[in-house]
Amino acid sequence: MKGAKDWREMIGWSSLWLAAGLSVLSLGAILWYILSRGLSAVSLEFLTQAPRRLGSEGGIFPTIVSTLYVTAVAMAMAVPVSLGTAIYLREYMRPSPAERLIRFSLQVLAGIPSIVFGLFGFTFFVIKLRMGFSVVAGGLTLAIMVLPTLIRAFEEAIATVPREYREASLALGADRWQTVRRIVLPTANPGLLTGIVLAIGRAVGESAAVILTAGSAMRMPVFPTDQARTMTVHLYILATEGLSDVHAYGTAAVLIVMVLLLNQLTTVTRARRRGEPRTR
Amino acid sequence: MRKGLLISLLAVSVFFSFGCSKGQIVNISGSTSVEPLSQELAAAFMAKHPKITVNVAAGGSSAGIKAAREGASDIGASSRDLKPTETGLNKFVIAYDGIAVIINKDNPVANLSVDQVKAIYEGTITNWSELGGHNAQIVVVDRDAASGTRGAFVEMVMDNNDTIIKTAIVQDGGGGVRNTVAGNPAAIGYISIASVDNTIRALKINGIEATIANVANKTYPIFRPFIYVTKNAPVGAVKQFIDFVLSAEGQKIVEASGLVPVK
Amino acid sequence: MKSRRSRKFIEWALLGSTWLALPALLLIIIFIFLGALPAFESVGLGALLTGEEWRPTKELYGLLPSVLGTLMVTGIALVIVFPVGLGLALFLTEAAPAWGARLIRRALELLAGIPSVVYGFFGIIVLVPVLRQLFGGSGFSAVTGGVVLAIMVLPTMVTLSEDALRAVPSEYRAGSLALGATHWQTVTRVVLPSAIPGISAGLVLAMGRAIGETMAMIMVVGNITGMPTSLFGPVRTLTGNIAIEMKYATGIHQSTLYAAGVFLLVTIIILNLILNSLFRRREARQ
Repeated sequence: MKGAKDWREMIGWSSLWLAAGLSVLSLGAILWYILSRGLSAVSLEFLTQAPRRLGSEGGIFPTIVSTLYVTAVAMAMAVPVSLGTAIYLREYMRPSPAERLIRFSLQVLAGIPSIVFGLFGFTFFVIKLRMGFSVVAGGLTLAIMVLPTLIRAFEEAIATVPREYREASLALGADRWQTVRRIVLPTANPGLLTGIVLAIGRAVGESAAVILTAGSAMRMPVFPTDQARTMTVHLYILATEGLSDVHAYGTAAVLIVMVLLLNQLTTVTRARRRGEPRTR
Repeated sequence: MRKGLLISLLAVSVFFSFGCSKGQIVNISGSTSVEPLSQELAAAFMAKHPKITVNVAAGGSSAGIKAAREGASDIGASSRDLKPTETGLNKFVIAYDGIAVIINKDNPVANLSVDQVKAIYEGTITNWSELGGHNAQIVVVDRDAASGTRGAFVEMVMDNNDTIIKTAIVQDGGGGVRNTVAGNPAAIGYISIASVDNTIRALKINGIEATIANVANKTYPIFRPFIYVTKNAPVGAVKQFIDFVLSAEGQKIVEASGLVPVK
Repeated sequence: MKSRRSRKFIEWALLGSTWLALPALLLIIIFIFLGALPAFESVGLGALLTGEEWRPTKELYGLLPSVLGTLMVTGIALVIVFPVGLGLALFLTEAAPAWGARLIRRALELLAGIPSVVYGFFGIIVLVPVLRQLFGGSGFSAVTGGVVLAIMVLPTMVTLSEDALRAVPSEYRAGSLALGATHWQTVTRVVLPSAIPGISAGLVLAMGRAIGETMAMIMVVGNITGMPTSLFGPVRTLTGNIAIEMKYATGIHQSTLYAAGVFLLVTIIILNLILNSLFRRREARQ
């Protein structure tokens, strides 16, 4: 009977190898195609100069600054709120209808399309709160977008802290907040950092929400009220306007390299030895 | 603790910047056809006035007009004239431009009448062979509805009746149209004459070449004004910029960009 | 030792930040719904959902073409991603050598982090001309969009399917093998069926991501305003519709875009409810 099954099983296993090969090949193809054409466009001038002629000449420096600026604003607002929420959900709150409602809200928030965030950000921040197209408007919108991701990552990090640590701390007379501050958080540190890096990755890659809130004017943003054009928006405009293939490839290449670096960072933060509890 | 400090610092700086005077800013948004011109004008203007920053963004003519009316932009740039319903705005004509009907370089067709272009965009003519070209289904490329170029095209070619076929490929910006036509031998599209480059070919319309000279002497049939609109009468930096645009120096830049200056 | 009051204050601060999540969501839902109200009143839900032509210049606001377009690209993406994603997940859990698994996981992480516009860019540069050569037309089509989406949601599908497969208790496998079944039989008849709720969850999550993609779709699907006629012809997605028209739409036109946003929101909420019931079923099994 075994013989009859053999060839069918062989096909089964081969198809798995096929799926694997296909996926790796397509990723490889995409990366190779863009990087091979894009890295040649990336030079020191490309990274440090401002664009000329609508982006068909010059560099992409303002877009790099814009991306970092908007992301920084978003993270500055999202991290404290997410940390607070994660701590409360894990350490203080008991399962209840309220808790389930909050979790459901977070789940839905995580799934809302970015264009809907952009629509909301445009209506609420840009128009209603009169922020205009600005770094703040973009940052606030992105902050709401990464909130669920951050909270989930922070919660997981906090959950990996062994119960014994908490129990020992409480047994020694510390209250809940002292335990959180000196035992749980430092121990969860690598996981917290990983979560932050993941959220940064999401924020950097966002385009639909940013184009409707931070604008698309090609300018170097200085104040949070300035308009900004991030790298992703720049790539979109270059690609759809067909202004300069070379510069588009270059921008795409820089974005891919950024993602690679961020990924490396998560590997590092994950592998870091679990933070030692502070026992002063 | 450290995080709290960071937030307060950020909040303080945000509030400060709202009140601070940081040099004046002029925000322009709107037509992608006008955008290159606006960029050149802005660059020249900012060289003379280092304290003023001019931001140029795209979005389409209708977007620019809307932004100007709602106060999101100081100046709305449009590549079509205002509609009768668009009242309450100050209008400044800064240049004249023609709309070129473009085809792929491998397409042998050289000349079409306005009626033929209309028929193509309405879907009555569907194959290049009907026009003396190859046997290929015509791929019609259109602009998105925010586009002033589209508005002007509908006004002048489609007799102000939007009957462009529903199967037309819609591109977000003139460059997108040019790109699509350059890559597809059976495509046809329309862009600003100033945007025509050597990746595509511009058709003769009614036997007239699509050149800016022919727009100036009014022989080329498809043309439109480039306009800047503002909600209130311009003051301060906005007024300085518009005055610059309409001055001899500004109009020289208009001409250098391949457009017809306002006399 | 902290005073009781400062401890309470901290607890309230943490509680406060927790309760920001719900109002944020409610704010978004309220604003989008309010924005859509004029459209529902003057155009009507029925006309919006079933209208076949989108021509704002003539006050025609049929969203059916966009809805169909979204369904088409999402459907194609899921058809591709289900076998490939599940196959890859099975590969990782059952067949991959250690070095292979590590390579693939790194690759998937990278894939997941690449911004969507980069995929759209790749779509315009490579996929559109290729599809034009293969199937004629313009190359902008639902299939082009579906392929791009498939690549984008693959990591999601693989990650969740892998989790589901790994969650199957080892006793099931051990028992099956002990009874004389081959590795393949164990996988297909014991492990897979047990992991179905988790795998379905992966599919649902991938579906949600696919429905929500905007910029990459605008770049490759053609954005026509009429009803789609074939999978290999151009379409327009609901998200693309909003993004393209939002910048300039006023009045009722703008309101119809909010209505499109409402459709998207409702779809996501429904998908999440389905997701929850799937997860509950998985927990019940174990």
